[in-house]
Amino acid sequence: MNENRWINLTLYCYAFGIFVFIFTPIAASFVFSFNADRFPTLPLGDFSFQWYRDIISDADIWLAFGNSAKVGFTVAVVSTVLGFCAAYTDHRYRFFGKSVYLTLALLPPTIPVVIMGLAMLAFLSRVSLSGNIQAVMISHIVMCAPFAMAVIRMRLALMPADMEAAAWNLGASQWRALWHVILPFSLPSIGAALFVTMAVSFDEYAVAWFVSGLDPTVPVSILTTLQGRVSPTINAIGSIVFTVTIMLVVLAQILLLRHGKNKTRKILATAKGE
Amino acid sequence: MRSPGAAADVRKLRRKSPRAGHFVPKQRLYAFSLSLPPLVWQLLFLVFPVVFLLVITFWSVEFFRLKPDFTFANWAFIYTRGYFYDAYALTFGMAIFTAIVISAIAFPCAYAIAFKFRGSARQFALLLLIIPFFTSYLVRVYAWQVVLADSGVVNMLLKWLSLPPVAMLNTLGGTLIGYATLCLPLVTLLQLLSLIYVDRNLVEASHNLGCGRLGTIWHVIIPSARIGIMIAALFCFILTFGDFVSPLYLGGGLRTVLSTVIIDTVKSGQQWPQAAVVAVTMVITLLAVALAAIWFAYRRPK
Repeated sequence: MNENRWINLTLYCYAFGIFVFIFTPIAASFVFSFNADRFPTLPLGDFSFQWYRDIISDADIWLAFGNSAKVGFTVAVVSTVLGFCAAYTDHRYRFFGKSVYLTLALLPPTIPVVIMGLAMLAFLSRVSLSGNIQAVMISHIVMCAPFAMAVIRMRLALMPADMEAAAWNLGASQWRALWHVILPFSLPSIGAALFVTMAVSFDEYAVAWFVSGLDPTVPVSILTTLQGRVSPTINAIGSIVFTVTIMLVVLAQILLLRHGKNKTRKILATAKGE
Repeated sequence: MRSPGAAADVRKLRRKSPRAGHFVPKQRLYAFSLSLPPLVWQLLFLVFPVVFLLVITFWSVEFFRLKPDFTFANWAFIYTRGYFYDAYALTFGMAIFTAIVISAIAFPCAYAIAFKFRGSARQFALLLLIIPFFTSYLVRVYAWQVVLADSGVVNMLLKWLSLPPVAMLNTLGGTLIGYATLCLPLVTLLQLLSLIYVDRNLVEASHNLGCGRLGTIWHVIIPSARIGIMIAALFCFILTFGDFVSPLYLGGGLRTVLSTVIIDTVKSGQQWPQAAVVAVTMVITLLAVALAAIWFAYRRPK
């Protein structure tokens, strides 16, 4: 392709500008979380851990973090299991109504959260499940399973088509093949799915707000705070939340990219060696 | 890439596998125990709630409690309210506008990453685009409040440059910045993923045949990446259409969107059936737009 230095430079700058826009709020939140002034303005006030201290001494925030953690772990485990089942079914079988099955498995992220929240609230309260942490878990699993499914499905697509069949031919039962071939092969993506679903659940505010009742998660308590007044503690909470989710997503990426390649090679080598 | 022949071989092998004949019930059990859990969960906690949403639009509310009924009163109530039509027009218009504008803003960036970035730079750009998707939208919007406020960072910079201050918070512009925060990374990412798979030979050929840079983008690259670009715009539409955070905290809640109507209706005296009418209307709109977009993306080029 013919290259023009000035056009390329313009494009680089443009892309850089987009990234600046995307990361401005994230950076601002970090910077102002260490700013002593109550009303965040430039020039910055003194460096201070004030808002972090406020959080640490706030029992409600601890409760919310506890709720978020409980929800996050449960949601990650259950939706990864469900996501794996859906991904494996898509990978292995062809059947009548498969497109409906896949639509159900992948649909939730396209439903606006307000609608999802209302539907969950109406339905779960009808069956006496709403207003507590279990309601949040149930709704978050619905919303997160598609992410797990997508991550694991991408990995299964890389799997040599004859590996599982070879295991069967060598006398392994289907369960044995699943345990010794499929699971080790998808392990990095399973790890990634755990982190990704936990990250999604950790940030979800709308549906949790509708159904959580008296058990708010961190985003729900942020939302409630936002409705009240300007509070710099949100920057501190936000920075912690950012750090947690970014770490989860980066871990997921590392698992998928690095570990993925080595593991594939190892499994393939073992398969060939046997 | 494996040949399609290999896959066919495996299928044949699977059929001929000696175990296949002997252990049919066991295999069924295996297949069902893996494929059913997600199906059951989504039926119980996704399909039922959404269907239930449609059902309660015909229910009534008595003493703040839902009562099974078959009445069109809720539909009549919402569909005779002027504010509903205002909110609908505003939400729909904003979503279409945002989808187009964000797609246009994202494209040069996606193009740059797909065609100008190499190797690890591109990997890094991908990671940077994925991260915001998983970081609290709520906190990012709050941070924008701080940045865009009248005495915020942007206006301080303007003052320092001796430029007149700009009111950004509680305006339409503020809302759009919020929508961009929500959609821009995802739209760029989806466009990028489709641009990466554009056949470089076609681009090369177009250049050799004397088609200019912009001509190549317009006649070769955009048509090749059409599906991804449309899907990205569709996602932007869906996200914007359902968002209540931006209009509320960056737009100042001055103009009501459909999501806010739902929230207000839910909060004011448990009028869930009326809120459900709005929600069902939104779902139908989204389905119509999605089908139109998908039809447009997949139709055969002239």
